[in-house]
Amino acid sequence: MAITLSASDVPSAPLSPRLTPAQVWGIVLLAPYLLVFLAFVVYPVCYGLWLARAPANYVALYNDPIFARAAVNTLIFLVIGINIKMLIALFLSGFFAQQRTWIKWLSVIFILPWAMPSIPTILSVRFMLNPEWGMVNHIIFNLTGADGPNWLNDPTVALTMAIAVHIWKSLPFWTLILITGRLAIPQDLFEASEVDGASWWQKFRYITWPSMQTLYITCTLLSMIWTLGDFNSVYLLTGGGPADLTHVLSTLGIRYLRLDQLSLAMASIVCAMPFVLPLVYFMMKRLSR
Amino acid sequence: MKLPGVGEFSWRDVATEARLLLIGIPVFLWTMIPIYHMFLFAISPKEDAFSGKLWPDHPTLHNFEIVFKQQHYFLRDFYAQFWNSLVIAAAVGVLTLVIATAAAFSISRLRVPGGRVVMNLALFTYFIPAAFLAVPMYRTMGNYGLLNNHWALILAMVTIASPYAIWVLKQASDKLPVELDEAAVMDGATTPQIFRLVYLPLMMPSLVAIGTYAVLLAWNEYLYAFLLLSNDRDITLPVALGNFLAADDSPWELLMTTGFIYALPPAAIYYAFRRYMVGGLTAGAVKS
Repeated sequence: MAITLSASDVPSAPLSPRLTPAQVWGIVLLAPYLLVFLAFVVYPVCYGLWLARAPANYVALYNDPIFARAAVNTLIFLVIGINIKMLIALFLSGFFAQQRTWIKWLSVIFILPWAMPSIPTILSVRFMLNPEWGMVNHIIFNLTGADGPNWLNDPTVALTMAIAVHIWKSLPFWTLILITGRLAIPQDLFEASEVDGASWWQKFRYITWPSMQTLYITCTLLSMIWTLGDFNSVYLLTGGGPADLTHVLSTLGIRYLRLDQLSLAMASIVCAMPFVLPLVYFMMKRLSR
Repeated sequence: MKLPGVGEFSWRDVATEARLLLIGIPVFLWTMIPIYHMFLFAISPKEDAFSGKLWPDHPTLHNFEIVFKQQHYFLRDFYAQFWNSLVIAAAVGVLTLVIATAAAFSISRLRVPGGRVVMNLALFTYFIPAAFLAVPMYRTMGNYGLLNNHWALILAMVTIASPYAIWVLKQASDKLPVELDEAAVMDGATTPQIFRLVYLPLMMPSLVAIGTYAVLLAWNEYLYAFLLLSNDRDITLPVALGNFLAADDSPWELLMTTGFIYALPPAAIYYAFRRYMVGGLTAGAVKS
């Protein structure tokens, strides 16, 4: 990588009066992506920032109780939801790394939520949670004789369910990544520790965790960035309701957009930037090494 | 580690197996219940679906018949919408492949000046949360006069799919030995010839993975599709499914049936190309 860096970053290269035919081809082949990037990333982002420039927007956001609620919900989603998800993924990666035929088959099924589109599966969950006709409350009634809760009518429960749906959808992907990390650990370390009579916790604490720590932290941060962009889990399950109390920043932005308040939509996203940009910077440094 | 031989019985193995099953069974149920519930609705007559039974008294394929014959108000444009989804996904797959392969070849093999900067810009796009870019993208498409045009969704999805595609393809390109290109140059090959005759054949597995990724991304997309397209005959299937919700008396059994039909192609494509996808995509997602 270091060689690539110095070869392409030599400042004199673009200044040289004559480009080799290969370099001309290089520029021609790079042009389509550059055009896409300029037209559909640079222009929208600049235009959006320009729309959100007036301080009045931020005052309006500050005074909108829905914004405050959405910011708190987003934090809960990121801090609690993501950590629970990644811990389960770490745990399951150990389970799926076991060499057994039935576990191999289970792993093939386990991928399904990731491969399937959000809309039918999340709507399916939404109906399951319907207080009158949903499967969940029918089962609760049959088992206990009592009515189940009105799952999506209480903001706390509804947000918890949205986090559960998010975990359902994205757990397979992260588990898969962590399995890859686990399989990269040399097996003889475990065999040696087995001889020494190490417990499973000691093996995890002294072999597995140290070798997976960096990967785990990277995955957690990347998952945070992407979860900020997860519109489906909340929108399709609760629509932001009840009473706009389960919005997160991504659904809130779209809500303002639908209400034709584009500046507010952009401003609500700009508010997340102090949080997003350090993460992005960190990830870029890690990945472009 | 010693594998237990045939006929060998030990309580320790039974205990291990039981512990694994204790994890495996909840994992199976957790994964399958929403999918099973969708399937259950698809094969249930309306009365059974709403009764909360775990298996319908009279399973039927009638719902599929209604969908395929477009016999409901909500399904008037089912085939048009299915076709839209198909065309858009295919276009996104092809365009992403063309743009990303060209860029990866240029950055990795031709060492184009500024290539590294473009790579970093692409990475930056990869990290913008999708719903955040959607807000200004919606307005931009309006400014370009592309709203309610399939091109709006195609170009938006290409924008989202390309960065990751370039990233993965560049990683794969870097692994091909430089000597291949040098040998081809010695033999008098021009750059387009190297691209066509040396580069593309060697990159095939990665190209399959990236093509599949882009197609699935576009096929499964809801947010951008719902923002950028609106006429009943122009929308894709997921937007149509979302519109079912607007009604007070949504025909849930038909919604789930249509959803089930819509979810089958990605699942099938995923399994068909799983070999390529898992290796190609996870390798690119996080470099440890």
